[in-house]
Amino acid sequence: MNTAAEKHIDPAQQWHQIRMIENPLIRHSLALLVLLYIFWSMLSINVDWGRFLLGLPRAANIVARMLPPDFSRWELLIRGMLESVQMALAASFIGMILAVPIGICASSNIVPKPVYLMARAFIILSRTFHEIIVAIFFVKIFGFGPISGVLTLTISSTSFISKMLAEDIENMPPGQIEAIRATGAGFFKLLIYCISPQAMPRYLGVSIYRLDANIRHSTVIGIVGAGGIGQVLAASFSRYDYDFSLAILLSIIVLVFLGEFFSNWVRSRLR
Amino acid sequence: MSEKTVVHDYPDVWQRFSPRQTLIRFIWYVGVVFVAVWALSTLDISWFYFLDAHLQVKDLAVRMWPPNLEFARRLVAPLIETIHIATLGTIITFVIAFPIAFLAARNTTINRFTWFIGRFILVGSRSVNTVVWGLLFVAIFGPGPLAGIWAIAFRSIGFVGKLVAEAIEEIDPGAVEAVESTGASRLQVLLIGILPQVLPVIYGTLVYRWDINIRESTVLGFVVAGGIGILLYSSINQFLWREVTVTLMMVFCVVLASEFLSAKIRHRIS
Repeated sequence: MNTAAEKHIDPAQQWHQIRMIENPLIRHSLALLVLLYIFWSMLSINVDWGRFLLGLPRAANIVARMLPPDFSRWELLIRGMLESVQMALAASFIGMILAVPIGICASSNIVPKPVYLMARAFIILSRTFHEIIVAIFFVKIFGFGPISGVLTLTISSTSFISKMLAEDIENMPPGQIEAIRATGAGFFKLLIYCISPQAMPRYLGVSIYRLDANIRHSTVIGIVGAGGIGQVLAASFSRYDYDFSLAILLSIIVLVFLGEFFSNWVRSRLR
Repeated sequence: MSEKTVVHDYPDVWQRFSPRQTLIRFIWYVGVVFVAVWALSTLDISWFYFLDAHLQVKDLAVRMWPPNLEFARRLVAPLIETIHIATLGTIITFVIAFPIAFLAARNTTINRFTWFIGRFILVGSRSVNTVVWGLLFVAIFGPGPLAGIWAIAFRSIGFVGKLVAEAIEEIDPGAVEAVESTGASRLQVLLIGILPQVLPVIYGTLVYRWDINIRESTVLGFVVAGGIGILLYSSINQFLWREVTVTLMMVFCVVLASEFLSAKIRHRIS
């Protein structure tokens, strides 16, 4: 009887592995499409495979020249790192302040439509272009040096924090807003007694996260002359001082790690 | 009279914070402002440049307008190359980040040492910016998209690996135990017990990273690692600002489209 029951199991009830896409036809054709794409892109992309093979011993050579890292020019290194950190700190602070009005203006539930659209346009525009592109323009306008870096990072921090802030405000339950409005509160009282208590923890968290991201970005915009350790790094690469480059890279990794540690610590305390 | 002696242990006026809380907040504010002012004031900033900044902006605006639309035709091939760099880099990321994520997750790693190795790779990959990876790979493979693809992949490994490792650490242990109790091997547990649980996260993260990678690959050309950035950089260096305008407009469209596409796909996955 037991065996008879086993024989008549409905195939649909039989165990089978869970798939993300249940329909095998769609699943396999998607995989095929990916393979076709790889094939097509490999053909159309301009890769010199001879040069690729040549690169492998070259990689070993570069690694050999990188080791051991050369910390002898530590003064230059420390100065560059400090400049990067300062750029990140200043930009995060200014961005944090600018993000408040822009974030509020980009929340569709508390401001009129035209204001909302303008704020959103700013956020989209500044998010689309990579920091380095923005940095080039600031270098053109304000000349070489950390000021261009600070302004670049300020723009990207502002748009990032205000986007997060706006999302947070838009997701707020309408009940509290209505309750505060019912007491006769105007727009600013609404902001102080309703929006700010609810948005504050996440806003601070995002700002601290942005500080950590700014430290990472500040290490690279120097490549186009906007100050910081990136400028030193790019110079060492172009002079084939690979051992100094590795020293810089290791210092950046340590700095980013510390920044991340600090940011995680602050955010866990905020919660 | 006796009524007046009743002592209220609560204030008559409602206040959000106690004096102590207010003081602590105030100290925080002062501290943050102090750090920011210190950072700005000790930076080597030539305020002198601010004097003619408005003239520079005006000058730039005049030079950038009208966009040289003729140039758009030459941009199509580099734009496709940019997308290829981002996509192929993301595909390589998928292959490499996968095993590293399993090493870096506490519940799937082999021992403490392998966990540390996994974490170290993830932190190292994330700390170095895509463009810096680009510099390195250009030194290795020479100028061209190949360097760009590897730069994108090496930066993305840390990003994708970290998020996937976190997802692996948060899986439902019941399913794993159920598979283990059938006598499955380690590999089978991995493939049947763990993988299906984290696959949506993996694909979601990859698609998200792909959209970031499109943006990153637009500047890889600045270190001659292929893509539209090469043309953009040469236009800027030759002061052909009307071409720059067109390039930026096209970059804007591609990045926006990829962001839209990525959001749509992620919405369907989750």
